[in-house]
Formats: sequence, structure tokens, C-alpha cells
Amino acid sequence: MGFIEVKDLKVHYPIRGGVLNTIQDHVRAVDGVNLTIESGKTYGLVGESGSGKTTIGKTIIGLEKATSGQIFYEGQNVTNKARSRKEKYAAYNKDVQMIFQDATSSMNPKKRILDVIAEPMRNYFSYTPDEIKRKVVDLLEIVGMNEEAMYKYPHEFSGGQRQRIGVARAVASDPKLIIADEPTSALDLSVQAQVLNFMRRIQKEFGLSYLFISHDLGVVQHMSDDIAIMHKGRFVEQGSRKAVYNNPQHIYTKRLLSAIPDMDPTTRHAHKIERQRVEAEYDAQETDYYDTDGRVYDLQNFGENHLVALKPEAPNASLQNEKLNTGGER
Amino acid sequence: MAVERSLLEVNNLQVGFRFGEVYHNAVDGVSLTLKNNEILAIVGESGCGKSTLATSIMGLHDPKNTKISGEVLYKDLNLLDLNEKLYNRIRGNDIGMIFQDPLGSLNPLMTIFNQISEALEYHSDMNEEQRKARVLELLNQVGIPRPEQIMKAYPHELSGGMRQRVVIAIALANKPPIIIADEPTTALDVTIQAQILDLMNDIQDETGSGIILITHDLGVVAETADRVAVMYAGQIVEEAPVEELFANPLHPYTRSLLNSIPHELESDDDELHVIHGTVPSLQKLPRKGCRFAPRIPWIADEAHEEDPVLHEVSPNHKVRCTCWKHFHFEGEEK
Repeated sequence: MGFIEVKDLKVHYPIRGGVLNTIQDHVRAVDGVNLTIESGKTYGLVGESGSGKTTIGKTIIGLEKATSGQIFYEGQNVTNKARSRKEKYAAYNKDVQMIFQDATSSMNPKKRILDVIAEPMRNYFSYTPDEIKRKVVDLLEIVGMNEEAMYKYPHEFSGGQRQRIGVARAVASDPKLIIADEPTSALDLSVQAQVLNFMRRIQKEFGLSYLFISHDLGVVQHMSDDIAIMHKGRFVEQGSRKAVYNNPQHIYTKRLLSAIPDMDPTTRHAHKIERQRVEAEYDAQETDYYDTDGRVYDLQNFGENHLVALKPEAPNASLQNEKLNTGGER
Repeated sequence: MAVERSLLEVNNLQVGFRFGEVYHNAVDGVSLTLKNNEILAIVGESGCGKSTLATSIMGLHDPKNTKISGEVLYKDLNLLDLNEKLYNRIRGNDIGMIFQDPLGSLNPLMTIFNQISEALEYHSDMNEEQRKARVLELLNQVGIPRPEQIMKAYPHELSGGMRQRVVIAIALANKPPIIIADEPTTALDVTIQAQILDLMNDIQDETGSGIILITHDLGVVAETADRVAVMYAGQIVEEAPVEELFANPLHPYTRSLLNSIPHELESDDDELHVIHGTVPSLQKLPRKGCRFAPRIPWIADEAHEEDPVLHEVSPNHKVRCTCWKHFHFEGEEK
């Protein structure tokens, strides 16, 4: 059993309109999602823009309110309690931290790095100023920066350095789970490598768990143990990294995976044909994978640690696909 | 082999930005040629000068704060000598441009028809009806569904991918022989990116134009380019046909970049390659010697050239400096 469990989470936003500004409908940003994060593991959440992946992260940490469903932290129901000042939720607040995509806007420009990193410690621990300084130096060292950085301001650093400071701040309260929302999307390749390496090193050192949210399938594959692919607020496929990447079943997963650019220019043509075949299949078989309202079906067990959202009436949907595929290749 | 005439030739281009009283070169001696019917990718990380190169070819730099020297030859004209009026006749007509942010390059108050038609009005003497026919043709070409309706829409009514298609339609409006695309898919989701890249390839097949594709994404390069120039700190450090570059990368920077691409982990200790140090700022950039040398300090100074130039090490494969011959990754035996 994982130490964070999300059960049937729904986050709906009302659409208001009409003369009396009444609620006309809802945007179902997250619409019935279950996930379990195991201690010391990384859970990758993949989807295109607007799929609802960020909303899940924000709801776990309490920046958005859940419409229904529950979030359990070590067995305790903490749904919508993240901002609560009650003693019994203090551990949850301390143990779940977040790294944002845009490090610059997530830091107060008027605070020195010392204060940026020390803030969570001041909130949750009663260290003396000297202890805080020592801990900040340690944290900076972990993310590969030296002591001098403490007395500088956020604008004095490069994007990659700021993102590393963001990582250091997230670690400062000794959390157990870090929600990383597109932590490297704004970074160059070589800087991204640096940040990802740091994140993995810290994970090993502190036994951290990550909820790693990203649209970049390559980065998620590199970081994650388990993966969920999200579309239209629901999971289309969920399971171990190997199951999802090597044996994708849902047409949307196949479509996403086939769209990843191929690093080998010599197979470019074959890759393009394959991608367009999957794209055509996606258009043709949409009704097999989405119900009449365009909603993703419920997840079904497909194999060990592998769930796929398939049409309920046709348990042998994959068989049908095979028939179609062979028909197309003839 | 017949001598292919190049479409666009850039010779020793230097673009300097003013910092107080001094100018620092962001593009420092770049020479390249673009041939008909090819996609030339220019790849590098932020600050390497790749976008500056594009804007100076288009004459879009701020003349008060930039100093440009060198040549950009197109049809026996040096574009850098043109005045604004003449440049305007080249831009859009001979060189089309596609920018990264489609929303920023479209006018929010103009319908899609008017935006595309504007380019036609400026550069041709088509009448209203001909323009309408051409706009429809363009929207079909870039794969926009229901073009009759979309023509009347405003940019905010379209999705990101559709907007980028409109931007491409504008760039194509006058059938320019040259297209410069600056990070055309960076703001888009992977599935949309794949569609836009396919579209660019199709357009190139159809029109035979030469495309300069500026990107930081090596995957995009591998999928679309015919030839690649890798830029670091204002200079081209390696240039090769795309298959050659990926099969046989030589410059330490190219090799390091390829090594830092995230991949599936083989073991728990498996780490991504990190390039030592950081890219120096323009003011602090060493102008003498190999610019990549500070990033590979474990390589002996003697390995570098005193004044590194591009060497053609095999046909069409050029590498700057001599350090590549002695390069090995840190902690690795050569």
C-alpha cells in the first residue's frame, strides 16, 4: 500500500452564464482518478496541455479544492485539508512539497536565497539561526552550489541554478513527497540533465517519492517507476513504466508514443509512416476508446500492474485491433 | 556533380549588441549556405546566437543597438546593405518567417483571412477574388479543416496548433524560396508538433523552398533536417549532413549534448551526462581560443587550436578546433 492514495478524485469547475449568472455546466478538469504513490518511488503523470495533470498535483498539495473523492496520506483522510492549521494535519503539510515549472516566479524576488530556502524550515521546525544557516549550506551543497549563493537574490542566478534552488527549498522541510510540475520544461538540455540528476540523487539520499508531472515522455521515462497517461481529465492507461512504454494498449497512448521524435535520422521515413498509421487508427477507432460523450472509459486490468481504459462490453477489444491491423497491412 | 547554386549565402556574419559603449558579438563569424530544397537545422542551447542569426538575416534587429558586419547574399544582393523599404519587399515575398509563439505573431483584431490576405496585398497585385482563392488554397495546404469558416475566425478562437498552421500559411502566401522557422513547434504538444513537422516536410517537397529551421530540440532535428549546424557561443562548432551528425558526432559539444538526452535508465547509478560549468554571458565570453575549452577542463590545453577554425574532416562534415581528436568524457579513457 502506498503512503499517498488518491481515490476517485474529481475536480470540476463551474461554467457560469446566462442572465442570472447561474451554473450552466462544469469543466471536468479531473474526472475520477485513482492513484497510489509508493514510498521512495517516482510516479510519472503524462498528458498534453489541458489534460488535467497539473490539477491533480495542485489538489494533492491543496492549491485546488477537490470536488469529490479522497486523498489519503498514510491512511489519514487529508482531502482539502492541506491549508488547515490543525495540529493533526501539520505532518501532511510538512511532508508534501512542490517544485514549480517556473522557478523565477515561485520565489520572492526581495528575499535572499538564505531566506527562500529557510522559509519552510522556519515554518515547521524551531531551529536557531545558526542551525538554519548550516542546513541551508548543506542543502545548497546537495544541489551543487556554494555557500556564497546564500546571500544573493533570485535574479542573480541562471534558470538552471534557480530551478536547483527550487529543489533545495522543496527538500528543506524533510518532505516525503515532492510534487514536481514540469520541473525541467523551461531548461536547456544540458541544464535539464543536471536538475534531473540532482532530483534522483536526493531521492536516493532521503528516500523521497516524486509525483513527476510532465508532457515530455522522454523525461518521464527516465525518471519514473510507475506511469499514468492522462487525457480529458481521466487516465487512459496506468501501470509500470515498462508496461506502458513497451506494451501500450490504449490508442491515445500509442498516439503519444509514436509522436515522440525519433533520434535516428536513418529510420525517419519508416517512423513517419508508422506515426501516420497510428494517427489514422486513432481517428478511425475513437468510438472504441471513448464513450458517446467523448469520455474515457473506466480502467480495466490488462496485466500485472497494467490498467487500460477499454470499452466495457468488448473485453477482447485488443483482439479486434489486431484484426484491424492485419487487415490494414495486407 | 554539378555545382549547385546556393539559395542564400551567409559570409562571416557578426552581430554585436551594445552594452554601454562596447559591442559584444552574439553571432561571431558565422558562414553558411542554404541550398534549394533542403532543410538546414541550426541547433544550440539558449544564448548560442541561433535566433539572433535568424533575426539578422531577416533584418529585424534593432539598428540603434546592434552592429552587423559580413554578408547575407541572396540573388546577388547583400541583404545587409538594403534599406528598410527594399527589405520590406524581400521579407514575406522572398523570405517567409515562422516564429515560436503563434499568438504573438498574429494580430488579435484581424480575421484569419485578413492576416493572410495582407501579405498578398503587399507583395502582389491580386484582386479581392484572387486573394480569396489563394487564402483558401493556403488554408487547405496547411491542413486547416473547414477553411471557409476558419477564414472568418479570430486567432483566439483557434487552438495552438491551428494558429501555428495559420502562421505557416502566412509565411507561404507568396511562395517564398526561403523560409526561416524559429522554434516552430516548441510551444506545441508532441502530437501537434509531429503534425506541424510533417507539414513543413510536405511543403518543402511541394515547393522546393529552402528552410532554415532553428531549434534546441535534437529530436526535431533528427526528424526533419537534411543538414545540421550546431552552434555554441555565437559560432558554428560542427556542421554535417543529418545522418552523419547523429551517427558520427565529433565536436565535444555535440557529443555532450547527445549524451544528456534523457533515456530509459539501465541501472540505479545510471546518470545523465552533465556539461561542466555554464555558458558564459556575452560580456564574459572569451574571444580567444576554443570557446568550449572551459567546459572540458580535463582536456589538455595543447589539444585546442590557438585560433580555432572549421576544418572539413570528411566530405561536408566540418568541425571547429582540433580538440575533438583528443576528446573523451570526464573519467573515461580515450
